[in-house]
Amino acid sequence: MKTMRQTAWKFLFSLCVLGAAGCSIEPWVQPYERAHLADPIMSFERDPIAGSYRHHVYQTREAARGAEGGGGGGCGCN
Amino acid sequence: MAPRAAVEGVVAVTRDSMPSRPISQQLVLGLALLLLLSYSLGLHATVLPDDRADVMYHRYDGGGVEVDGPSILVRKSFGGNISLNANYYVDSISSASVDVVSTASPYTEERTETSLAMDYLHNKTLMSLAVTRSDESDYQAETGSFSVSHDMFGDLTTVSLGYAVGNDDISRNGDSEFGESIKRQNYRIGVSQILTKESILDIDFETITDEGFLSNPYRSYRFLDPLSANGYGFLPERYPQTRTSNAFAMRLKYYLPYRAAISGEYRYFNDTWGIDAHNLEFGYTHPLPEDWVVDLRYRYYTQTAADFYSDLFSRQNEQNFLARDKELSTFQSHTLGLMVSYAFKPAGWQFIDNGSLNLSVDLIRFNYDDFRDISDGGVAGEEPFYSFTANVIKAFVSVWY
Repeated sequence: MKTMRQTAWKFLFSLCVLGAAGCSIEPWVQPYERAHLADPIMSFERDPIAGSYRHHVYQTREAARGAEGGGGGGCGCN
Repeated sequence: MAPRAAVEGVVAVTRDSMPSRPISQQLVLGLALLLLLSYSLGLHATVLPDDRADVMYHRYDGGGVEVDGPSILVRKSFGGNISLNANYYVDSISSASVDVVSTASPYTEERTETSLAMDYLHNKTLMSLAVTRSDESDYQAETGSFSVSHDMFGDLTTVSLGYAVGNDDISRNGDSEFGESIKRQNYRIGVSQILTKESILDIDFETITDEGFLSNPYRSYRFLDPLSANGYGFLPERYPQTRTSNAFAMRLKYYLPYRAAISGEYRYFNDTWGIDAHNLEFGYTHPLPEDWVVDLRYRYYTQTAADFYSDLFSRQNEQNFLARDKELSTFQSHTLGLMVSYAFKPAGWQFIDNGSLNLSVDLIRFNYDDFRDISDGGVAGEEPFYSFTANVIKAFVSVWY
């Protein structure tokens, strides 16, 4: 558990450094070039109510769990 | 109440806890840390989720198990920086699965789940807090979670962190002496990266730790018993008291030269019970004229068995931990999914901007490599391997306002 906490703090510190550095990066895809990305068909999970049920069906019948994407921190819905 | 067998219908994913502090206190501490983080970074971030309401009927039918019920999700934002959402979900379960008919009686059960969540947009950083409660006659679960996400590198990269903590209380119908619990914690890190004008990549990593009574109180393992007429006997399963799992997933979405999208996903999973799993998924989204959208997907899943799994142990108490839960066996599943959506703009309903009608059908085929179907008898250890097909239906209406 101690190792996990140390890793988490290292990650947060790295995030701060990256965040500060990120302020000066020139984006290679400009905001006005993101029309296709903003199209709803490009969403990884267009309908949250259907997505969480789909994960629930698999979690109940398979041993694998986690990293399902969307949301965050778990849905409490096995 | 007849005994129940499976994890089917049993709730619980994201629960566990820190040993010393109650959930609410941990969430407040976490939120304080995240607020501090967001102030210090001055980040650009995502926007609040859309105001929308969804009403869904869901149905699962396969392997002698039928589960159906409603789910209602409502989201509403207030003051430009807070969004609240509430979800009410019901599973009505009727189970005569292959495990149940072998060792117990068919049962019916109902599970209700309610959750409340709040998203808070501060200085373009999105923070989310959620509380979920799930109730069954023999299983109660509470989960609290928080997450934070923000954009960086010219809004090309979104980083998210998530944490959840939960407690499950487990009882056994017909046995007032029985009372156990599970504590669970989830840690999640995710990165979403815009690669080009047409493609986006998601990477997620999640670790989950469980501690407590992880067996199913109704399930049994099978062992060779020469004194029995059919050659085998059953005794209650014994699982380890702890489990830690890791999952790593990558998802890619690409916008085609015409208005359509393809997606790919790969996930690797392992845990301290010796299970390795992979799943691979491909999807295709195709809008049609007149506001129709069609989604097609195929998913392949494979896993190895837990170290302490066996369909048939050679004797009673052959080892410390013993399981014959088919979800812990070696198996593969294939899913074929089709979803059709129709977008509409209701005339005369001024408070609704637009809506959609959606119908989704999934066919899932499960093929087990070391779990045998003993329902038709046969020589112990030589029965045919089990397999079944399930169909999953989701019908829902969504409105945006």
